[in-house]
Amino acid sequence: MPPAALLALLFFYPLALIARQAFLDDSGVANFAEVIHVLHSRFFLNALVNTVSISVAATAGCLVVGLVLALILAFVPFPGSGFIAQLIDTFIALPTFLVTLAFTFLYGSAGMLNTGLMEAFSLPLPPVDFLYSAWGVVLAEVTVYTPFILRPLLAAFSLVDRGQIEAASVLGARPFRIVRQVILPAAIPALIAGGSLCLLLTVNEFGIVLFIGAKGVITLPLLIYGKAIQESAYQVACIIAVVNIALSLGLFSLYRIAAGRLGS
Amino acid sequence: MSAVAFTGTSVMDVDAAKVRGAGSNVHFDKVSVAYGAHVVLHPLSLDIAPGEILAMIGPSGSGKTTALRAVAGFVRPASGRIRIGATDVTDLPPYERGLGMVVQNYALFPHMRVEDNVAFGLRAQGADKALVTERVKDALGTVGMSAYARRYPRELSGGQQQRVAIARALAVRPRVLLLDEPLSALDAQIRRNMVEEIARLHRSLPGLTILYVTHDQTEALTLADKIAIMRDGRVCSHGPTTELYRRPPNRFTAEFLGRANLLPVTIVEGVGSKGFATARHGDKMLTGAGRDEKTGAKSLLCIRPQHLSLTADSEHTNRIVGTLREVHWQGELTHLMLDVDGTPVRISATRLPMALPEPGATVPLFFTPADTSLVPEDAGV
Repeated sequence: MPPAALLALLFFYPLALIARQAFLDDSGVANFAEVIHVLHSRFFLNALVNTVSISVAATAGCLVVGLVLALILAFVPFPGSGFIAQLIDTFIALPTFLVTLAFTFLYGSAGMLNTGLMEAFSLPLPPVDFLYSAWGVVLAEVTVYTPFILRPLLAAFSLVDRGQIEAASVLGARPFRIVRQVILPAAIPALIAGGSLCLLLTVNEFGIVLFIGAKGVITLPLLIYGKAIQESAYQVACIIAVVNIALSLGLFSLYRIAAGRLGS
Repeated sequence: MSAVAFTGTSVMDVDAAKVRGAGSNVHFDKVSVAYGAHVVLHPLSLDIAPGEILAMIGPSGSGKTTALRAVAGFVRPASGRIRIGATDVTDLPPYERGLGMVVQNYALFPHMRVEDNVAFGLRAQGADKALVTERVKDALGTVGMSAYARRYPRELSGGQQQRVAIARALAVRPRVLLLDEPLSALDAQIRRNMVEEIARLHRSLPGLTILYVTHDQTEALTLADKIAIMRDGRVCSHGPTTELYRRPPNRFTAEFLGRANLLPVTIVEGVGSKGFATARHGDKMLTGAGRDEKTGAKSLLCIRPQHLSLTADSEHTNRIVGTLREVHWQGELTHLMLDVDGTPVRISATRLPMALPEPGATVPLFFTPADTSLVPEDAGV
């Protein structure tokens, strides 16, 4: 019991406080009018659409990039491929906003890309201007979260019997068919697990969105931060937080189911 | 389940005539394979005739699987060319070589039903739907697996999975079928049955050329028209199966292909017109089938264990004496282990005298000159 009590105190009690703040007024009476008002507000719906669209786009990008990289690393080995696989892993250990900082040096208004292009073509203004938009957030999230797809995919690919690939090849299958019909079916649980985890993490991503500061790109975590810290509208912040938590728990359940299938 | 499935399998012959591949010859022309400075296959020149089963046998690391993988296209030769029929396939990718392949662990696609596994190659080669349906039915009928078409590989026994793997390879009507230790993962009883199944399959598909790699000499002896024995990346002997067994050209072949008693002898009288030489072993004069042994040469007289007898008759004109050491009864066979002037000798017999001598007893052994073969002692292997 003591571990369960400690867990409840550290984890569930703060969540319960958020839920209480969201649904009860100061006198402890249920107040759903404010909940309905917030859920129908333009700022909430915009943030929800931004959150879902950015996370879906980033996850799709992670799946594509992760799949291509994993296929290359697993099936087209080259000198240093093992080192690169390890190097990509290190991204998992880095704070997410560091990548954004690096992106400003690369793709920012005064970054290397723009400076180079301006010098090369004598341009008066920086020609590349995607970083401070939703696409900049997506690119940064793809860079940061692709390893979360890559890792389970490499694990799944390591279990694919090379004999199956060779048998398919001898039977007349070209590489693309082998990937599509032999390798990918074995990787579906890994793709679902990695994709769910990516979706979960990108839905809750805060540092990248804040650091890029893209105009008009407000996601749910950023909205919660703004309402709670900047406007001191705690009930509104808690209502949005409850939605964010529900979304996260739903995605986490999907991830657990997929991860369970991968393990079995 | 599997043992039942293999009995009474005349189904193997059903529709077999429809699954005929246009057999092609395989020609190795000085093919060598190396990984860096390490040569795993020394220049190999070998022909497999259309419709022939060639078994490549040898110990682990002898280069037999490398040779097969070079034919399949998974190993690129460092030198030499490989031709299948009239086509030089050395530079072709595996999917353009027109082969079928069956490997030790079956390599079935686990997410596909049996029928989809068998159809895979046909679909990959762009066959139309009607042809795929017909060929899948024929191939599964040939290996007696029609009733299992809708099952997944995980629902089959090892032997059944291997039959599906064979059906999958046959469905594309390969020019050459490559079998890489196909029975190694099966237990002994199923393996024996599968060897007979493959032999029956080849009788019903006489045009099919098969390269069969194994380390099991029984499989090779049962199935192969010809055998190539590999050692240290080289072919140390190659020839028709019965010839190689009866007249091994060197000591390694004699000992690797079946069991052999090798008595050291000195040639007293070279090979005569009937193909026999006279040789001395200790104080005994023996007659053995020879090639071109010269008088005074050192040699080994190879006698298979089943050709030694404890009883004399008119044909058993060779006689040696040994000391009985051990008797091993194995049901169908009884093995007597003897010592003949320091050389271990084994007799394998289905029938023995009712009263066997006790270990330590001295017993005479008889054998026929025609059942022997003189093997050069220094054959370079």
